[in-house]
Amino acid sequence: MRTWLVLFVIVLLLAMLPLVGDNYLLRLATTVCMYAVLAQSWNFIGGLAGYPSFATAAFFGIGAYTSAIMQNYGAPIVLGWGSAGLVAMIFAAFIGGAILHLRGHYFAIASLVLAEMLREIINGMPDFAGGGKGLNLPILPISVTAQAQFFFYAMLGLALVCTATAIVIHRSKLGFSLRCIQQNEDAANILGLNTYAYKTAAFSLSAVFVGFAGAIYASWVSYIEPPDVFDVLISVKPMVMVLLGGLGTIFGPALGALILLAFEEVVWRNFLTLHAAALGLIIVVLILFLPNGVLSLWNDWLPRKKPAR
Amino acid sequence: MTSSPQKLSVSSLQAGYGDVQVLWDISLDVGTGELVCIIGSNGAGKTTLMRCLSGLLKPRAGSIVVDGRTMTAATPADFVRAGIAQVPEGRRLFSAMSVRDNLLMGAYLRMDKGAIAAELERVYEMFPVLAERRRQDAGTLSGGEQQMCAIGRGLMAAPSLLLIDELSLGLAPRAVELLTESLRTVNKSGVAILLVEQDVINALELADRAYVIDRGRVVKSGPAMALVNDPAIREAYMGLS
Repeated sequence: MRTWLVLFVIVLLLAMLPLVGDNYLLRLATTVCMYAVLAQSWNFIGGLAGYPSFATAAFFGIGAYTSAIMQNYGAPIVLGWGSAGLVAMIFAAFIGGAILHLRGHYFAIASLVLAEMLREIINGMPDFAGGGKGLNLPILPISVTAQAQFFFYAMLGLALVCTATAIVIHRSKLGFSLRCIQQNEDAANILGLNTYAYKTAAFSLSAVFVGFAGAIYASWVSYIEPPDVFDVLISVKPMVMVLLGGLGTIFGPALGALILLAFEEVVWRNFLTLHAAALGLIIVVLILFLPNGVLSLWNDWLPRKKPAR
Repeated sequence: MTSSPQKLSVSSLQAGYGDVQVLWDISLDVGTGELVCIIGSNGAGKTTLMRCLSGLLKPRAGSIVVDGRTMTAATPADFVRAGIAQVPEGRRLFSAMSVRDNLLMGAYLRMDKGAIAAELERVYEMFPVLAERRRQDAGTLSGGEQQMCAIGRGLMAAPSLLLIDELSLGLAPRAVELLTESLRTVNKSGVAILLVEQDVINALELADRAYVIDRGRVVKSGPAMALVNDPAIREAYMGLS
């Protein structure tokens, strides 16, 4: 109950942002919401099931391209967005069936090549999806400010739905089973859990919202190209955000998204050439000093509330 | 022998991983309520056999029959439903989960809440230390306590046959004694036990019957008492002559 309350208060406060903020702030907030979706999604497979997936960029690019291609063939924007998530999810279910028997580093590498592979495929298809030249999307016939608000609310809505799903999953039999798999997959198997089905479900869940986010992003920036939407950083950043906020927690991913974006803005403005190194530095510092994320500090300060075990 | 109802009956089982064949010809039976042990040195194929008997590894040839039903292509869940629970080698607990949750996970496929609660009480009764530590993470238990937790988790499935892979590995003699005693109790309550063990003397003392496997084949079998006095066994597995 308290978790839902926290979620609705945060979303309500954010929903009032357009009243006070300018378009720059709105753009940042839209990015935070998008990052939160990516991080929350990764948390399903990486945080709960313990499978280090690098497939986020693949799902993101699939979502972006599905929506862009459909809209270029005249589909309305709603249909494009809707299909994007579904296509990403179906892709994840099929690929998951093929690579989820791999564990640890092997799984990480198999998931890492997905985005690379898709990027090369699109690069080689100039007639169907624009190839390396990229694709334009129809621009909404509304004012710049209205667009900024529209995409902000779209991303915020998606982040809300994604987080709500996470709350439900964390408390469900699926969430419990995924935690078992993360701790000891062999034991989970022996006790009769259908680990393969659960892992595939987690992998598909980690794709669907990312697919939607890719579609919204494509409409937002109105032009996509393979190196942009299949960028490996789209896979890496969600992991950093989740580690920053707190692995396997509900608000950790969103908190991590906020911290990472704030950090990026500061570093970008002041040290343009250093920002790539800075990302690496955060990862090192995190793993050394704060392996359980920022949220763990909060829990340590609240000793009275022992986590329900 | 064949007149008593067989819980488990394995015949001419062959299994392996990739190019490596581990089990060449394994045939064995476990009767209802019987306590049978399998002895053999490292690499004899004991753990591979256990993996076949819990559905984790599909045999290449031969058959596994449980209560008269062929289970050769069954999944782990099928084996649990057929009343076979496994206590895996190295315990394999969910170390960041509480002792209680670990035990409850053993009843994962069961739906009868009341019976599960009663089962939990029986496990706590058998291992009082688990009741004391039920809120503790399983990873914080000592080796012996972890093995109790693993056995308790197996019992939570209400099995009619409990498979135990390496009961005493890495445990203090005092703990082994306690665990051995509890296995006797479990067996007396009607649960058949198939025990894989490297501590041959202890295993033969506990079991009704035993099988000796070597390089993937059953090389000897018989009443445990007879095997204890077999000169070849005494020399090869007990270092006695």
